Amino acid sequence: MQNTMIDLSATSLLAKLQSGEVSSEEVTTAFLGRINAVESRVGAFLKVNSESALQAAQAVDEKRRSGTPLGKLAGIPIAVKDILCTEGEATTCGSRMLENYVPPYNATVVEHLLASDAIVIGRTNMDEFAMGSSTENSAYKPTCNPWDLERIPGGSSGGAAACLAAAMTPLSIGTDTGGSIRQPAALCGIVGLKPTYGRVSRFGLVAFASSLDQVGPMATTVEDTALLLETIAGHDQRDSTSAKIDVPQYTASVNSPLENLTIGVVPSHYQDGLDTEIESSVKEAIRVYESLGATIKEIEMPHAQYGIATYYIIAPCEASGNLARYDGAHYGYRTDRQTMLDELAEEANQTDGAGESPLVRMYRKSRSEGFGSEVQRRVMLGTYALSEGYYDAYYLKALKVRRLIRADYDAAFDQVDCILGPVTASPAFRRGEKTNDPLAMYLEDLYTVNANLAGVAGISLPCGLTSENLPIGLHLQAAPFQEEKLLQVANMYQSATDWHTRRPEIQ
Amino acid sequence: MSLSKEDVQRVSLLARLKLSDDELTTMTEQLGQIVSYVDKLSELDTEGVEPMAHALDLTNALVDDEPHESLPQEKALQNAPNSDDECFRVPAVLGE
Amino acid sequence: MTNPPYDVIIGLEVHVQLRTNTKLFCRCRTEFGNPPNTLTCPVCLGLPGALPVMNRKAYELSVKTALALNCNIPNFTKWDRKQYYYPDLPKGYQISQFDLPMSENGHLAISSPDGEFEDKNVGIIRAHLEEDAGKSMHDEVQGLADTRIDLNRTGTPLLEIVSEPDMRSAQEARAYLQELRLLLTYLDVSDCNMQEGSLRVDANVNLHVHTETDEKIATPIVEVKNMNSFRAVERALHYEVKRQYEIWQETGNRIGDVPKQTRGWDDNAQLTRAQREKEESSDYRYFPDPDLVPVTITNEQIEAFQRQIPELPAALREKLVDEFSLTPYTADVIVNQGPEVVTYFQSLAEHTGDAKQAGNWVQGEVLRVLKEEDWELSEFPISAEGLADLLKAIQQGELNNSRGKEVFAEMLSAGTSAADAMAALGIEKVDDSALEDLCREIVMANPKVIDDVQSGNEKAVGALIGQAKQKNPNVNPGQVRQICLDIINAL
Repeated sequence: MQNTMIDLSATSLLAKLQSGEVSSEEVTTAFLGRINAVESRVGAFLKVNSESALQAAQAVDEKRRSGTPLGKLAGIPIAVKDILCTEGEATTCGSRMLENYVPPYNATVVEHLLASDAIVIGRTNMDEFAMGSSTENSAYKPTCNPWDLERIPGGSSGGAAACLAAAMTPLSIGTDTGGSIRQPAALCGIVGLKPTYGRVSRFGLVAFASSLDQVGPMATTVEDTALLLETIAGHDQRDSTSAKIDVPQYTASVNSPLENLTIGVVPSHYQDGLDTEIESSVKEAIRVYESLGATIKEIEMPHAQYGIATYYIIAPCEASGNLARYDGAHYGYRTDRQTMLDELAEEANQTDGAGESPLVRMYRKSRSEGFGSEVQRRVMLGTYALSEGYYDAYYLKALKVRRLIRADYDAAFDQVDCILGPVTASPAFRRGEKTNDPLAMYLEDLYTVNANLAGVAGISLPCGLTSENLPIGLHLQAAPFQEEKLLQVANMYQSATDWHTRRPEIQ
Repeated sequence: MSLSKEDVQRVSLLARLKLSDDELTTMTEQLGQIVSYVDKLSELDTEGVEPMAHALDLTNALVDDEPHESLPQEKALQNAPNSDDECFRVPAVLGE
Repeated sequence: MTNPPYDVIIGLEVHVQLRTNTKLFCRCRTEFGNPPNTLTCPVCLGLPGALPVMNRKAYELSVKTALALNCNIPNFTKWDRKQYYYPDLPKGYQISQFDLPMSENGHLAISSPDGEFEDKNVGIIRAHLEEDAGKSMHDEVQGLADTRIDLNRTGTPLLEIVSEPDMRSAQEARAYLQELRLLLTYLDVSDCNMQEGSLRVDANVNLHVHTETDEKIATPIVEVKNMNSFRAVERALHYEVKRQYEIWQETGNRIGDVPKQTRGWDDNAQLTRAQREKEESSDYRYFPDPDLVPVTITNEQIEAFQRQIPELPAALREKLVDEFSLTPYTADVIVNQGPEVVTYFQSLAEHTGDAKQAGNWVQGEVLRVLKEEDWELSEFPISAEGLADLLKAIQQGELNNSRGKEVFAEMLSAGTSAADAMAALGIEKVDDSALEDLCREIVMANPKVIDDVQSGNEKAVGALIGQAKQKNPNVNPGQVRQICLDIINAL
């Protein structure tokens, strides 16, 4: 029983829990057992909460026995990306800067999870401050793709995706700023959804780029994804950018296919850089939709090609503002004072000048020692683009192109229900392959960034395997607040195929 | 548009980062490449286009002037790298 | 003394803490004087993941204030991040307003009852809403100098009011500040207490030097900070003007030749000192705050706010002169005491029907007592109606002004009504026939006076008044004089 439990979806597990066939303690023990078996090879978690998870599971079982009403995810283990503040638990964001930072409050999403009686089984690894597409930028360790341990799982929610692919948990929470849920979901062969901007509260989400960040559900099935989205979505007064729009019951409709479905396909997606196997898998998916009765329509998104450039101005600019608070003054890493004073004294001797003040030197050293190189690069880029004389040429310009990208989407959704395409241009690459080429790494986000820029919803679901047995993801995008439709359309595909049932054999 | 090492040095101070000579060289090169890439936006005519700073068309998120419970002093200070009983402490701000 | 060979150009930046219960972007209370770091939360501490949410009341108070300052309120406004590093600024940026502030293009009228300067409107460039920073205090421990940070104040709503450089003297600057503070008091939007920091002033000052060729040359602008009272502002500006002229004579530096300097006022030494050069010139890298959404306001809503504005000092001064016939000086005195005193005066004037008398008594007696006792008007024990009773008695000749003041004092100390106080002091209206009898008695006892009056010296009757008062202190001298004259003339 234990072995097969980890292969079950959350929805199936819930049914068994509700019927009394299994207990939450048994379920949690099974997943903890799996973690024990493979986590040392995969490295998806920064922290596994073995004890507290079991205690929570026992408490849920007790509640169930005594007839106390239970939340939607009662007894189901879930992993949380280490970027969501959890009261009393170190929240590191994959950075040395916050190695010992313990929030005094819970993120709204975390509160939803606690209220749903989910069992938080651990905190997952990520690219530092969500900046990266491979989880190689974690200050602690890389995460390995369960399909090939030499390869990266994607990022920045690499741990969140890997733990699902390795069956260490049935549900996972990630965040997506330029593709950080969808790209790792694609590379790991699982399902990941970036909600419409404003659908899920950002209160307690450590900010990278405020106008692009969203928290989202990750799971092995579309149905589970719908369940998790239902649990975490909704207006939050503590987040000014949170939408005051009711949350539909996604689980009620997710299994109903759509009639008269029109799928948009963008010819310019299929260009030179796209891996041929990915291209054929995506085109096969188009045929699946056709066989399900959908109309396929070619549409143009003329400004899509400017997405990366636009994103890599806006995101670093906002990040440079959001990360200014990490200065070693009130929390987080602070450089050693004596070493710093000695350095300053040495410099003063050499240059015979007034030199930098200790406070400024403290800021500079704390940040340079606390942040990894990718974070520093983006902070520098953002600071540069916002500095005097450059604002119009870069930031303002990027905001205007963003408007054009959004207009492309508005026009597209006038004609189609969903846009279909690849998630990435290539499958998971080998660890180290792109670390010396930041720009090459940025281009990983080619197909995903525009959804963040426009604020629309997007989902990645498995649609094939390469000849090297590496997962391929299918990208579907829908108009703002059309997650219901998006999930239905995604599930139509998933109900007609079995790519999502494939699991890696962990070496 | 290429960046000089001086530009990068100046930006590093604004960003409160400290780069070694080697890092400065690498950073200058990398930023230069990235900036060249993002410069492609200048190809587009954006005359008359409204900038889009937000992903959502929301306005007037205002709330009532009702107090909540603040954090106790210990919790406010609990993550401070240096503090005394009551306050955060940093190396002195000079010249004040 | 001939006019100095330069014009003084002064602009003032005033930061006003708005009187809300909670902070601008979080719901921590805004109270002065609490133990450090006890009024904070993840938002105002700038903790990772925290987000700002705007206080509606702060916005409304800003709109009312801006309208009272005759500003234009645009229908759309937004907030921006002003980025710089300082330990009292936990996020590494201040949420402020850059290019689309909530109000602009207003003015405040100033005048000088003493005639120190001509009446004028001081232009207001803009008033915008932003958050306050925390407090830093210096401390040394084991030879290492530290700054201690208290973040209680972080996030308090501030209205920054920026004037045009329209003031031409330190006195004008002081008048502007006084009138602004008075206005804010009438609006009840701030405590306006410089000691507590709820009102702060920075000044920008330079000179336009006159040359022989009638050209005017502008000298570099200096920002002056750290002035903790209006008097300090006046003194600092006086000092700066002299200092700047000396620098001009030494260096001939014009505006643009040197960077803008910041100097701090040292109240002990009574001079300004240059502040340490910052590590880099201020590049605040403003950009719209993506965590906040813009605020829109309709013209109808603006009009509704306009209607909520009470009568303001300038209008009240005019009203007291035009409708109540007070002198401009008295009107000024009363209005400057605040809305409660104005209301008191108006009530007193209405009850007595004599605004001039009411004005004299408020200015002369009521304000004197308030000052002596250090009372607010709310602590003053005599109501307007109560005082009106006394004033009416005086009007009706029951007692004169100097007796009235004695009654006033009695009313204050015993807490009684005018009638009771008068009774306690033995003041009674003298019965007409008793008065007649008394006068007849005194006249008959003073034949010399009869002779003097009958031979044409009416003034001689004055001697009888004193006698009458001795016999009965409640007699009205005017009445005694008239009745004695009548009696003598009828003889």
